[in-house]
Amino acid sequence: MLLPLVAILARTPWSRFFELITSEASREALLLSLRTSSTSTLLCILLGVPMAVVLARTSFRGQGILRSLVLLPLVLPPVVGGIALLYTFGRRGLLGETFEVLGMQVAFSTTAVVMAQTFVAMPFLVVSLEGALRTAGQKYEVVAASLGAGPTTVFRRVTLPLVLPGLASGAVLAFARSLGEFGATITFAGSLQGVTRTLPLEIYLRRETDAQAAVALSLVLVVVAVLVIGFARQGRSAL
Amino acid sequence: MTFEYDATVDHRGVETAFDVAEGETVALLGPNGAGKSTVLAVTAGLLRPDRGRIVLDGRRLTSRGGQDREVHVPPHDRQIALLAQEPLLFPHLTVLDNVAFGPRSAGSSRRASREAAGRWLHEVDLDSLADRRPAQLSGGQAQRAAVARALAADPKLLLLDEPMAALDVAVTPALRQTLRRVLADRTVVMVTHDVLDALLLADRVVVIEDGVIVEQGPCAEVLSQPRSGFAARIAGLNMIAGTWRDNAVLTPHGLRVEGQLSEPTPQPGDAVVAVFSPHAVSVFLETPGGSPRNALEVTISDLEPQSGRIRVRAGGLSADITPQAVADLGLAPGVTVIFAVKATEVSVYGT
Repeated sequence: MLLPLVAILARTPWSRFFELITSEASREALLLSLRTSSTSTLLCILLGVPMAVVLARTSFRGQGILRSLVLLPLVLPPVVGGIALLYTFGRRGLLGETFEVLGMQVAFSTTAVVMAQTFVAMPFLVVSLEGALRTAGQKYEVVAASLGAGPTTVFRRVTLPLVLPGLASGAVLAFARSLGEFGATITFAGSLQGVTRTLPLEIYLRRETDAQAAVALSLVLVVVAVLVIGFARQGRSAL
Repeated sequence: MTFEYDATVDHRGVETAFDVAEGETVALLGPNGAGKSTVLAVTAGLLRPDRGRIVLDGRRLTSRGGQDREVHVPPHDRQIALLAQEPLLFPHLTVLDNVAFGPRSAGSSRRASREAAGRWLHEVDLDSLADRRPAQLSGGQAQRAAVARALAADPKLLLLDEPMAALDVAVTPALRQTLRRVLADRTVVMVTHDVLDALLLADRVVVIEDGVIVEQGPCAEVLSQPRSGFAARIAGLNMIAGTWRDNAVLTPHGLRVEGQLSEPTPQPGDAVVAVFSPHAVSVFLETPGGSPRNALEVTISDLEPQSGRIRVRAGGLSADITPQAVADLGLAPGVTVIFAVKATEVSVYGT
């Protein structure tokens, strides 16, 4: 685990480090990455929380299949996910024409980056939150209901605060996964500087032309990852 | 009648019906798996019975399988609060906000809810701990807070599911006193294993075995003359009824028993009952000197082996002693002996 990190540190061109990571292209890629990852994490929360609640708190026919579908992006190669998204939302995809009529072109836009990231990151949030919901159990919810709290109040004042650590770590994982997303993004969104070229894409492209810059940018991602993990741990211990 | 229960749950084989009058406390007694918890779950609305009808204060909460329209009022709309074995205080809220949860859910303002919560915390002697987190409370304190929280929701019916089963033996008497005080004029259904809880907290007991009611009636009656097997097994406590005179219980037969008084303190001449376990009784051939003990002269009527010990029955009382002691003392039916029990082992309650 440690050795590749050491390798990156050893190869980092310290003399040119700041110059490399503050170049126009690097800055744009980093900001785009942070922006899209934040947006897709938010989307994961909005879509993933109801999904986790449905999976953890109800039982119905076909629930197993639903769970498998939610987990699918976890085991699917991201490139395949990108292809799937392309043939769904791309210009000639299943829904592409519908979007075209509405005047939107999804593929090869920043929206596509967010969609690709949400697609691959969602399972992390759902799995983490579903586990937290199951661990918390329904005892507190039953007591809250017996005290006269309706389902919405119970969810807002009891369930959500109880699973907050699980939700937070799920969101952090989803954010990290979004940040590192490569395959689905390049397939579905392409690599347009400032629009869809996120940091991982930038690193990959730079490697061809300027290997030192690629290493420097990699180190930036490592730092961000470390910060994210540290933040998650602190958040967990505070709760 | 304020609470009417009549429900059948087929897959658990539970078919019971009973009523609870307004202000009455009914204890459900029975062995594990007899169906007591099923009754509570159906009452709280957590489980739908296959057939049945549950009415609280004239309002149908559950109705199924009869001629009426099918009704199932959801748990939060039943005005039935549940107090479980574990306190289950919400860990992310302070004690005060836990207690304020019910009023808050009922639509009271934050301030009014907190004021009400403060009053209930005072009622259970927890004023000083209002700002603590549940994790900082002892088991007994947490359960008191849970009692306050349940009562603050102002339920029409309170369900207690063995509220003292998970507590340290040392703190149960204090909680029992609190419950005795706050439950006095409430409508309560309580599941318990402990005869003493039934005796002190309930007006009536309902004994359930294998999903059906085998016996019901006033506590003292069922517990002193049990007809069902289960009631007979658990109702082994010694109870001496009498009047309160000179800081002791005097029986019509002239016996005098001293013990630990429980709130509310009886006045001279009040009817009281002294309760003690057969384990607390020592048997002597002559009145022992020394420690302050109650000495009751009785004639042995019967000796019965009971899981490694011998139960000595005499004059309506029992003592559990070792077979060794029985042999050493030469005990046999007809022998007159002294039952000695320390005053600290006897609880005295007003009836």
